[in-house]
Amino acid sequence: MATKVVMEALSPTMEEGRLVKWLKSEGDQVKNGETLAEVETDKAVMELVARGEGVLRKQLAAEGDTAPVGQLIAVIAAPDENIDELVAGAGGAAAAAPEAAPKKTEERAPEKTPAAEQPAPQARAAAPAEPREDVRAAAAAQRGDGERLRSSPLARRLASEQGLDLGQVQGSGPGGRIVKRDIEAAIETGGAQAAAAPSAVAAPAMRRVSRDGEAYHDEPLSQMRKTIAKRLVESIGPIPTFYLTAEFDLERATEMRAAMAALGDEYKVSFNDIIMKATATALAMHPEVNAHWLGDKIRFFNRVHLGMAVAIDEGLITPVIFDADVKRMSEMSAEAKALAKRARDRRLKPEEYMGATFSVSNLGMFGIDQFTAIINPPEAGILAIGGVEEKPVVQDGELVIRRRMRVTMSCDHRVIDGATGAKFLQTLRRMIENPLFLVY
Amino acid sequence: MPVITYRDALNQALREEMQRDDRVFLMGEEVGVYQGAYKVSRGLLQEFGEMRVVDTPITELGFAGVGVGAAMVGLRPVIEFMTWNFALLALDQVVNAAAKMLYMSGGQYPLPMVFRGPNGAALQLSAQHSQAWESWLSHIPGLKVVTPATPHDAKGLLKSAIRDDNPVCFLEGEMLYNTKGEVPEEEYVIPLGQAEVKREGRDATIVANGKMAIAALAAADQLAKEDIAVEVVDLRTVRPLDGETVTASVRKTNRAVVAEEGWGVSGIGATIVDLIQRDCFDDLDAPVLRVHQEDVPMPYAKGLERVAKPDAGKIIKAVKKVMYLE
Repeated sequence: MATKVVMEALSPTMEEGRLVKWLKSEGDQVKNGETLAEVETDKAVMELVARGEGVLRKQLAAEGDTAPVGQLIAVIAAPDENIDELVAGAGGAAAAAPEAAPKKTEERAPEKTPAAEQPAPQARAAAPAEPREDVRAAAAAQRGDGERLRSSPLARRLASEQGLDLGQVQGSGPGGRIVKRDIEAAIETGGAQAAAAPSAVAAPAMRRVSRDGEAYHDEPLSQMRKTIAKRLVESIGPIPTFYLTAEFDLERATEMRAAMAALGDEYKVSFNDIIMKATATALAMHPEVNAHWLGDKIRFFNRVHLGMAVAIDEGLITPVIFDADVKRMSEMSAEAKALAKRARDRRLKPEEYMGATFSVSNLGMFGIDQFTAIINPPEAGILAIGGVEEKPVVQDGELVIRRRMRVTMSCDHRVIDGATGAKFLQTLRRMIENPLFLVY
Repeated sequence: MPVITYRDALNQALREEMQRDDRVFLMGEEVGVYQGAYKVSRGLLQEFGEMRVVDTPITELGFAGVGVGAAMVGLRPVIEFMTWNFALLALDQVVNAAAKMLYMSGGQYPLPMVFRGPNGAALQLSAQHSQAWESWLSHIPGLKVVTPATPHDAKGLLKSAIRDDNPVCFLEGEMLYNTKGEVPEEEYVIPLGQAEVKREGRDATIVANGKMAIAALAAADQLAKEDIAVEVVDLRTVRPLDGETVTASVRKTNRAVVAEEGWGVSGIGATIVDLIQRDCFDDLDAPVLRVHQEDVPMPYAKGLERVAKPDAGKIIKAVKKVMYLE
């Protein structure tokens, strides 16, 4: 009986694969488990193995071709077996894996398999109703050697959150099942590898480009990078954003910091703490900007969940301080520190970075004067905080030196109008310039 | 806080509810003159008289039916079965009359009644008298099923059961009557349908009810010595089931063992596993395992009985397995 060779999902996120090289030619005898071809997935070049025995009768994809997961790319059969129907139905990749890759197959296949344009009834008839094995192959992640990858649901979730490729993780559970502790170990080893370069440890801020060896190196996109790209393109594209910039006087905030620090170490607060607290308080007073754009409606929040962008090695993530407006500054400060640490350790749980009603991004500590932040949809706005620096300022007709800070608010115009945003910034200015309001 | 037995906690609940509401009465075999086969009704005949503490002939179907009729005309009967094994004879009244009356009368006849008695295996009572009934009873829409594990829960839950306007099957652990625990002097009730986290932990969740909750706590003590911290969720009420407490715990620990006293096939544990796999799929790090009686009639021989019963040792084994330690 003939065996269909389909493009298999060789990584958990693979949707299509590029056939790099056939290792068997038409007419070659192949054994079950023998490598047929090299396939480039979204992550690496993997081996595609035979799942049956016989002669590789027909190759339906050429080297360099890209095929969606589930598509028939070759047929293994006995030397004299009639495979015409199978080959004829090849365009009907949709029929080969109807459930595994429903729409994508039909969208992508036409580029090189015109038959896919009329796949439905005929193709289904041609490839009789036994696609089960193919479907399973397409749905289940596999190791390079073709063995099905066993993993607990929790392990899969953790791996996807951490952008880990399960195929690279060794499972310690029964039958090689990858379980939570394996993911944790993989994260730790990853950390250990990064830390192995001694110069990186000595001067973490100054990561230098290596001048010897390759001219460049490629890294597969992590899930996080993909998400950042997808979401920010989504943002700057269809979101009509405008920006409001204001410069705030930080003299009193500076005095307050000094006064609090004088009370003792446990009372120390950072500018960021003051800004976060002021923003949360101002948001509570301006629900019209504490809102989400939901396509067919705007959701105004009665509670203030403040997202705070945290830079981490691989990108950024925005943990959330829930009910920030009702928390004391000391609580917020402690929570912000803890969240930032967990974010850098990649230990945030989804519920800790989802659910922000509004966000703040602060690049002041990097010496940035002013910048514009990209809205994280469906949030309607985000504040970009610049650094605090001494500047000459005219005050009451006199030139004086004051500590100043620039704040830029990005607003989704579908939710926030110019004056609405400006009023919010007015309140924020009052808070930050007179931080005593924050204790009221 | 006074420390009293499970038996006396039930006695207090009955006495307090009979004092509180004169529609409440107790009926069953040996509940009066003999003061109860397990002495749960001690002193009640003397306090409330023959009209409210009624000795019956050995006719389970008959007096269960009298209870149903009494509830239909506005009383609040508590029907005691000498053991739930004998209640098998009365199941037509429990299942076909009590559970369905409100539904079939179009809401005209609520049945505020309690069927109560000892449940589960004791020691060497053999195949016919060693059965746990919560899986059978909780299968039936219209019944509530309660399985208290501690004196505190026994009192608070029995009071709620008596005040409930639905038929409640109240399954007392035959081996628990002599166990002691703190019971407050002041009045309290425990709402039906609320599980309790009896012990907090991080590594795995044991979901159990009745006597198995006690076994789970013993298992947790043992496991703690090996630095394994298990969380014990005592369902307390098997129907309605408090799924939220179960799933919240499993989301925290990522692993679960479900222990029950009866047989495994179609047991209440299967319903818990169903709930967990559905609501916690992405939180699970291991398949959920069950601990239950072996799939045989309870042997009389002591050694065989011991291996047929679910116990703390079997729970410990299952916990280690879901943690991939064995």
